[in-house]
Amino acid sequence: MRRLVLILVPYLWLLALFLVPFAIVFKISLSDVALARPPYLPHFSWETGIWDFLSQLDFENFVFLTTDSLYWKAYLSSLQIAVTATFLTLLIGYPIAYGMARAPEHWRPTLMMLVILPFWTSFLIRVYSWMGILSQEGYLNQLLLWIGIIDTPLTILNTNTAVYIGIVYTYLPFMILPIYSALDRMDGSLIEAAEDLGCSRTQAFWLVTVPLSKNGIIAGCFLVFIPTLGEFVIPSLLGGSETLMIGKILWEEFFNNRDWPVASAVAVVLLLILVVPIVLFQRNQQKQAEAEK
Amino acid sequence: MRMSWFNVTSLTFGFAFLYLPMVILVIYSFNESRLVTVWAGFSTKWYGELLQNQSFLDAAWVTVKVAVFSSTLATILGTMAAYVLVRGGRFMGRTLFSGMIYAPLVMPEVITGLSLLLLFIGIGLDRGVLTIVLAHTTFSMAFVSVVVSSRLVTFDKSLEEAALDLGASPWDAFRLVTLPIIAPAVISGWLLAFTLSLDDLVIASFTAGPASTTLPIRIFSAVRLGVSPEINALSTIMIAIVTIGVITASLISKQAMIRQKRDEQAAARAT
Repeated sequence: MRRLVLILVPYLWLLALFLVPFAIVFKISLSDVALARPPYLPHFSWETGIWDFLSQLDFENFVFLTTDSLYWKAYLSSLQIAVTATFLTLLIGYPIAYGMARAPEHWRPTLMMLVILPFWTSFLIRVYSWMGILSQEGYLNQLLLWIGIIDTPLTILNTNTAVYIGIVYTYLPFMILPIYSALDRMDGSLIEAAEDLGCSRTQAFWLVTVPLSKNGIIAGCFLVFIPTLGEFVIPSLLGGSETLMIGKILWEEFFNNRDWPVASAVAVVLLLILVVPIVLFQRNQQKQAEAEK
Repeated sequence: MRMSWFNVTSLTFGFAFLYLPMVILVIYSFNESRLVTVWAGFSTKWYGELLQNQSFLDAAWVTVKVAVFSSTLATILGTMAAYVLVRGGRFMGRTLFSGMIYAPLVMPEVITGLSLLLLFIGIGLDRGVLTIVLAHTTFSMAFVSVVVSSRLVTFDKSLEEAALDLGASPWDAFRLVTLPIIAPAVISGWLLAFTLSLDDLVIASFTAGPASTTLPIRIFSAVRLGVSPEINALSTIMIAIVTIGVITASLISKQAMIRQKRDEQAAARAT
């Protein structure tokens, strides 16, 4: 009896506040926008019955997403931004994780805490902190002008460059931590063995260290890629008019255009795109868990 | 072991990159001038102005209320869910259950926010503090159950069985044996849920009503117009609170670990 309560309470909560909402999103994505409250049709009513209601649903909004180039361009550019940003984060995160794993042992807990600390700090504030740095009269331009590298201020804020900087900055801990934990577990004598057998330092790094940290790299890349794809705050604060990202499109479709059916269709398609990396990520995690057993 | 110059450089640059933006933000929050990027002397006047600003104070109060309620609810539900998943054995719909628990971890916030809003409108629930609490509980209980279940997996099940064999009821076994052991994980789960709730902009924007603006929503609408000294001051206060909190928590957990090690050694000697 007690077991039943223990299972049912969280189960029902998730059914009501997670699964049912998705069913509603899916249903509304099949509806038409209308001047009504709420602003879509049809609404279910008992008088006309369920068949009449179902017959009014259609895939019109999904067809609309493929015909209006704004949407598929936004999906493609979100994918492109997410892939590039993930790669840049890996490029910057790997040396930091590597340095941490090679640091004297009594430093490591402190270094670890220094990586985690920004994660606890407000995401919004971390993104905001770059607005003052990257703007026309911002600190970076002041510094570069003062050194004399440039004569006229660079435009960085409200471009895709700023979006990349923002993503790398905010998601860096997600990349560093899994790679660090993979490198930390690695047996140092393997490198020595490789060097004894005639590998150069660089060869040993590429042939031994990188393959052994593969699982950390894969986990880190997914942890950056998946949330970046639907990101809203970074493109809307640091990005400009050229920055097309699907999270921002969905937001505007809902709040500015009040087109709920199209916003719902955008959400459904985004979810379908995300299923692939999420399943791959789950598999990688399971493989890793089994390897540790 | 000596560190190579490469490692020292990558650590130096890496941590400079992580911390410089926030350090600059903190320094310039004490700037006299309203022009944020021009230094005009030391002043704490923006902090004073912030404390005068009623809309920020109201928003802060709403945020704290939401965070306390939602993280507490999320901790209870998330711990129950973790216990069911790790110790519950087989039951109907277990796959769906674990899928639903972990899905919010990877779900884009815009989708979670949109779907919950459509639900609240569908059932005619007025948007306000209650709807934000429901939304935050749902997405942060996933994080709690990950933290708690990783602790449940590693701890020795026979301790619980021993308690049951010695005549404890399942509830007593949980309360007197399991709970004290998983308590650190439950507490860090609560802290995580609390921070996630304090921090959330997107889901709150979808589920908040006009009278229940949270601090991130308020900050976001101010920041859209550009950098402002009041926001710098507010950011500095928030950074200070988090830093003190994290350092205190890590000191406490370090002490708990030392104590646990000592107890284990004592137990090993006793046997």
